[in-house]
Amino acid sequence: MKLNAFEQAMRAGEMGAARQRAIEQQIQVGRFFDAEDFVEVVQAHIMADTESLGEAGVRFLEELAAEPESDNRVCIPTITDPRGADFNTFERIRHDPAYVELERRADQAFRALGILMTDTCINYQTILPPVRGEHLAMGDTGVVIYSNSVFGARTNYEGGPSALAAALTGRTPRYGFHLDEMRRGTRLFRVEQQPTDWSQWGALGGFIGREMGSYYDVPVLDGITSPPGSDDLKHFGAAMASFGSTALFHMIGVTPEAPDLATVFANPVPPARAIKAKDITDFFASYAMPDDALDVVVFAAPQLSLFELDRLAGLLQGQQIHADVSLLIATSPENKRAAERMGLDARISKSGAILMEGVCFYQMHARELGEANGWKRLMTNSAKLVNIIGGYGYEPMLADMERCVASAIAGRIV
Amino acid sequence: MNSVLIQGHPGIGPKATGLALVADDNFSARYDLNRIEGVFSRPAHKLFGQAYVGKILVLNIAKGGVATAWMLHEMASRGMAPAALLLNYANPIIAQGAAFGGIALVDRFDVNITARIITGDTVSVDPATGEVIVSVAQPA
Repeated sequence: MKLNAFEQAMRAGEMGAARQRAIEQQIQVGRFFDAEDFVEVVQAHIMADTESLGEAGVRFLEELAAEPESDNRVCIPTITDPRGADFNTFERIRHDPAYVELERRADQAFRALGILMTDTCINYQTILPPVRGEHLAMGDTGVVIYSNSVFGARTNYEGGPSALAAALTGRTPRYGFHLDEMRRGTRLFRVEQQPTDWSQWGALGGFIGREMGSYYDVPVLDGITSPPGSDDLKHFGAAMASFGSTALFHMIGVTPEAPDLATVFANPVPPARAIKAKDITDFFASYAMPDDALDVVVFAAPQLSLFELDRLAGLLQGQQIHADVSLLIATSPENKRAAERMGLDARISKSGAILMEGVCFYQMHARELGEANGWKRLMTNSAKLVNIIGGYGYEPMLADMERCVASAIAGRIV
Repeated sequence: MNSVLIQGHPGIGPKATGLALVADDNFSARYDLNRIEGVFSRPAHKLFGQAYVGKILVLNIAKGGVATAWMLHEMASRGMAPAALLLNYANPIIAQGAAFGGIALVDRFDVNITARIITGDTVSVDPATGEVIVSVAQPA
């Protein structure tokens, strides 16, 4: 990789040991992907829940935090993805205090580095939306795909150590979706029936994600007849990224780099794969259950927007969650405060549902939570969550928000 | 023993040798593994129930989210990581995790790697050159 004078000085240790280690790690990754040089980034977003970090990762952060302040402070605005424990609700969900303590240590270490603890995977809805052409180092697959696709910003998947390295160096290797030529479409899908619900948008994203052959596949959607909303695209992108390891999609007439098919494809337009209503029905059916048993209903992955919380509060108004079922909701700290101010939190909580902030269900030791609470059969409207949570010992079922709430009230799948 | 050389793109991490664990399936540390017990735990995965610790893990592509970048480091700290990862196509997360965790990773081979290596083969990986040597026991 070509390094400029600043980067050479950083590599030589002139800006401290932490930045020296960070750029060395980035050079390894850059060489792996044949990056020619670095590109400066204006924002970093770090996924570092304590389930992923473990004791080893938290110790790494604490050691970094103990280095001189001139060496270890991030040099660009840097924010965090959902954390591994909610300090306010952990007792209600029997979250192991040892994990909560680990979370406190990680939280303190991050603050010492100058990182802003936003604890959210919907920063594009709540913190600072990206701008077309900006180079970023985003550390959540849903954030990456939304930033690239809906805003036209430029970022690869930056895992926790990598986003932290970018925060320390202010740059990232220039490969993948930082490059013009990698952002062109590679596959074409024609949607015959536009989704009408968040879970359906997630299912459509999941269906396309399953079809993707590698990180560098860029699906293009045609046939979208009316512009989807931000929450629609949130569920769609997050599910596609989860099922496909996909970082960019284009939607003809909707997303900024896809005004028409000729513009988005560098080569002749490939034949379209039609997505029929039955494809989506079959996707839901692949997460159907053989009986009506139910333990827990989860709304998360991604965290809920204020509008999603508002709809949920409406559905739960005057209702009571069944004693044998738990209903968990995850949102960002910003939206939690807003929900408190606007009375949504009170309406949700009165039903017996638990509104958590700054976390996401699958990022907080879901296996151990399941064992502690006797949760196995899980119902959600998140296609992303059903993809992830099976590996944690759950039996996930996908349904729309209304059916999930009705089931939580009935105490069984309805 | 017969030895076969397979050429990949230069990779990341130290040299490694071990027994192969192979499937025509994909990889995510968060989605697919019980990292405490060291086994594949996603029921739909073709290696469900298989132990991966110390193995040369040979799979198709990296899928899923970003957690693998931290998790490889965490697994290595407890001696519960695979010895190496050989994939047809890695994604940035696997590369970043291998760099941070010090785990051997090679991808982009001149063949379909999941079809060329069989579970139980002895495999040596040199990430600096991208060379993978497979030792196959000759049939009796």
